[in-house]
Amino acid sequence: MKDLAERAVAGDDRAVARLITYAENGHPDLHEAMRAIHCHGGKAQVIGITGVMGAGKSTLVSEIALEYRKRGKKVGIIAIDPTSPFSGGALLGDRIRMSRLTIDPGIFIRSMGTRGMLGGLTGAVYDVMEILDASGKDVIIVETVGVGQAEVDIIKIADTTLVVIVPGLGDSVQAIKAGLMEIADIFVVNKADTPGIERTMAEIESMIDLGYRPGMRKTPVMATSARECRGIIELVDSIQEHRFFLESSGSLPDYLRKRYEAEIVEIIHKRLMTMIFDEKVFKEKVKGLISRIETKETDPYSAAEEILAELLK
Amino acid sequence: MMKKIRVLVAKPGLDGHDRGAKVVARALRDAGMEVIYTGLHQTADMIVNSAIQEDVDVIGLSLLSGAHMTLFTDVTNLLKEKGIDDILVVGGGIIPEEDIAPLREAGITGVFGPGTPLEGIVDFIKGNVKR
Amino acid sequence: MYDKEKLKELERRKKDWEKKCYLPLTEKVPERCPSFENLSWTRIDPLFGPENVPDFDYLKDSGMPGEFPYLRGVHPTMYRGKVWTMRQFAGFGTAEETNLRYKYLLEHGETGLSVAFDYPTLYGYDTDHPLARGEFGKCGVAISSLKDMELLFRDIPVGKITTSMTINGPAPIVWAFYIANADNRGIPRTQIGGTIQNDVLKEYIAQKSFIFPPGPSMRLTVDTFEFGTRHVPRWNTISISGYHIREAGSTAVQELAFTLADGFEYVKAAMARGLNIDDFAGRLSFFFNAHNDFFEEIAKYRAARRIWARGMKELGAKKPRSMLLRFHTQTAGVSLTAQQPEINLVRVALQAMAAVLGGTQSLHTNSMDEALALPSEKAVRLALRTQQIIEEESGVASTADPLGGSYYVEWLTDRMEEESNRYFDRIARFGGVIPAIEKGFFQREIAEASYKFQQEVESGKRTIVGVNKYQLDETVGIPILKMDEKGEERQLARLKKLKADRDNNKVQRALEALRKASMGEENTMPYILECVHAYATLGETCGVLREVFGEYKEPAIF
Repeated sequence: MKDLAERAVAGDDRAVARLITYAENGHPDLHEAMRAIHCHGGKAQVIGITGVMGAGKSTLVSEIALEYRKRGKKVGIIAIDPTSPFSGGALLGDRIRMSRLTIDPGIFIRSMGTRGMLGGLTGAVYDVMEILDASGKDVIIVETVGVGQAEVDIIKIADTTLVVIVPGLGDSVQAIKAGLMEIADIFVVNKADTPGIERTMAEIESMIDLGYRPGMRKTPVMATSARECRGIIELVDSIQEHRFFLESSGSLPDYLRKRYEAEIVEIIHKRLMTMIFDEKVFKEKVKGLISRIETKETDPYSAAEEILAELLK
Repeated sequence: MMKKIRVLVAKPGLDGHDRGAKVVARALRDAGMEVIYTGLHQTADMIVNSAIQEDVDVIGLSLLSGAHMTLFTDVTNLLKEKGIDDILVVGGGIIPEEDIAPLREAGITGVFGPGTPLEGIVDFIKGNVKR
Repeated sequence: MYDKEKLKELERRKKDWEKKCYLPLTEKVPERCPSFENLSWTRIDPLFGPENVPDFDYLKDSGMPGEFPYLRGVHPTMYRGKVWTMRQFAGFGTAEETNLRYKYLLEHGETGLSVAFDYPTLYGYDTDHPLARGEFGKCGVAISSLKDMELLFRDIPVGKITTSMTINGPAPIVWAFYIANADNRGIPRTQIGGTIQNDVLKEYIAQKSFIFPPGPSMRLTVDTFEFGTRHVPRWNTISISGYHIREAGSTAVQELAFTLADGFEYVKAAMARGLNIDDFAGRLSFFFNAHNDFFEEIAKYRAARRIWARGMKELGAKKPRSMLLRFHTQTAGVSLTAQQPEINLVRVALQAMAAVLGGTQSLHTNSMDEALALPSEKAVRLALRTQQIIEEESGVASTADPLGGSYYVEWLTDRMEEESNRYFDRIARFGGVIPAIEKGFFQREIAEASYKFQQEVESGKRTIVGVNKYQLDETVGIPILKMDEKGEERQLARLKKLKADRDNNKVQRALEALRKASMGEENTMPYILECVHAYATLGETCGVLREVFGEYKEPAIF
């Protein structure tokens, strides 16, 4: 495992990939590897991309990655798609739009299923970010699921969050409903070649104006056409401006601290859940409690109290 | 530990017939696997690089144009060249009987012609993954 | 048409019959399955009668053959005057090999040619392109330049026989090869006849051999409409195709609706260019699949004719010819089985019969070995003989639309038209065909249908003879076509020699002129012809368009 971590830090794609698999599967020795690579991380810039399905996120990610490559940066991409709650399987199709990137050694793409996690991310995303970071990627782009619901978890991990919408079909209204207005560091109106673009831009800008207070950073609205590679240079400039804003305002370390906090929470959560529901110690007890709930001898609240009491002993 | 079988479903060459690839991809998903679909027009390089980054257990190739002898073996040759021996490679398409043995020889362990039941493909993969 | 009182009486009688005869019997002897459904999952009743088509108005909904709305056929005499064209889709290896196959087919009674191109050609690449690796001549003939086209039609009377070419992205260029070949042989452009498939919309929807994004693709298509109307008047400049949509797994209803939606989209695009509908519409042709459900297929062709006629009238067509839906049919490749390949002969015969009863203008019958490889000479001859038996022996070609008036077929025809109209509404809500493609609407509908069908095969709800029922333990082998192994080398050498021998300055000038024209708004056809005449290759000419227009990437739809 240590050897694997070393090879990953040296930038060996196969080692990086295998380590990510271990992170996804919750491999028992993962802890050791993650400890070994931690000191090599914390440098990468993390860009989160979220937005409704069909907004052209994958194509946009692809174009942004190419632009960073032109600027000499190495890029890691995490593309998340939903895991089927019925079978536990997943169809991960984001690579289709990223075909051109697969033969560039400076780009590493990993497709991931949510594996039961809500909020648009996947449980292993923190580990995967650390691994990509430690392997020398300068920029990590995380593309959320894009089913259009409450995908706000992205702000826990990204330095810069892009919210992507497209003109027409009331997508801008959707964005507000989904709580995406509040999390955007940059708004991207993609598919700028479709009719209705001006109206959508105006809608978004007026919504931003509503919430704007003097002295605040004003959320920029960028128009792109990822399909026609338009507006991409400007968008990446804008991402870098935001990054500069974080650095100069001294808030960048806060972002990293926030991410570590979320990561600890996630690890504890995962650990506890496995302990309670998967490991022998509690498995039997939980089973027993459930049948007692069934027979009305106890209730879910009391059962939970009982488990917690035992845990905190 | 929660291990899931990961499969890269790839369409090498120029053939655009993706009905089979997509139906198989869905069936594998419904069997609990994580399926990464590459899309059309993949070269051997692209397929092998994607397989490495995705750390898949299986590469599934689909081709109906008749170019399978060249394009399937390009993939297995490249895997060998890179010293990768823990990925199961399977392929399907319009494949005449006489091509099956040479394809198996070349490392395409499972060869599925028209009419293969989906269940058969799922079972084959479950029974033959290497890790 | 029916007397209201008599219909009421009939309905009473039918209810009676159900109660007294039909239901008691099904209780005693249950039917084979709880519900009978066709391939579009439409429930089929045990019996159809006039009460199922109570509003049928013969003069309005049916009419005579050759009369609006053309339900009964596009021609007054139908097959009594001229039988359908027997047009076998063929092509493999080099132009020389395919040329021999064409002559073989013509010798055996084929009446039209149909060219299958290999994948590099379909994508506008020459045989020497890196992406052509392994694909040379595999599923069609490789045509990289005018030189190859000359060889393909050597000693074939291109001024007399009509030729259909299945080519889409690079259609204008390959068509230009054909025209240039005729030019060089001294045959006037007004004399040559045939079809280019040239239907890019269905490429995005189903077949996936697209090159350019939708915008420039539509522009090239309209360029060919305009050029054809003015200069090559006997040429069908498009074959709006449902075949591939069906092969990709759609239902018959989806095939019908999506194809006609594409058709209307092309008409609107050409009208937007300022073309007069009656100038070009007569040269639009269609291409449908002939699948397994016999009556559904027949109803599909009939409904297609009526929907098109009505729709074109609404769009302002005045000439009868503009409202005619003329179509080619191919039996369903996807229905062929690799298991017990000979039984495919029977499937093909039934499918071909449906196409003829549906009034097709031309027909390709698949060969029994096509689930295994390209067809051998013997297999293709048997496929052709199937058509000849239908024509000469079965008697079905003696009268127009023999199934017209069948309660079941008329009911199904009406129903398919209604369901089509529902699809048109849904497509309109997306803002048209192209936005619906970009949102993955068609692709998703097809993927759903094909997966559902496959699951029914898996569960045994649908039977495929020889595959999930009546299997044989031993494999039934049949001889497979062998191609000339030296073909690719010869083709590469020819390409090299061509590039050395031609006037390369002239080629460069022609390509530059095309680049300029395609960046502007002029019709590209004259410039493409200029390139082709100078022996610019397919890859070079298409390469210019690729640079100007860019390439299309599909959305991820499962």
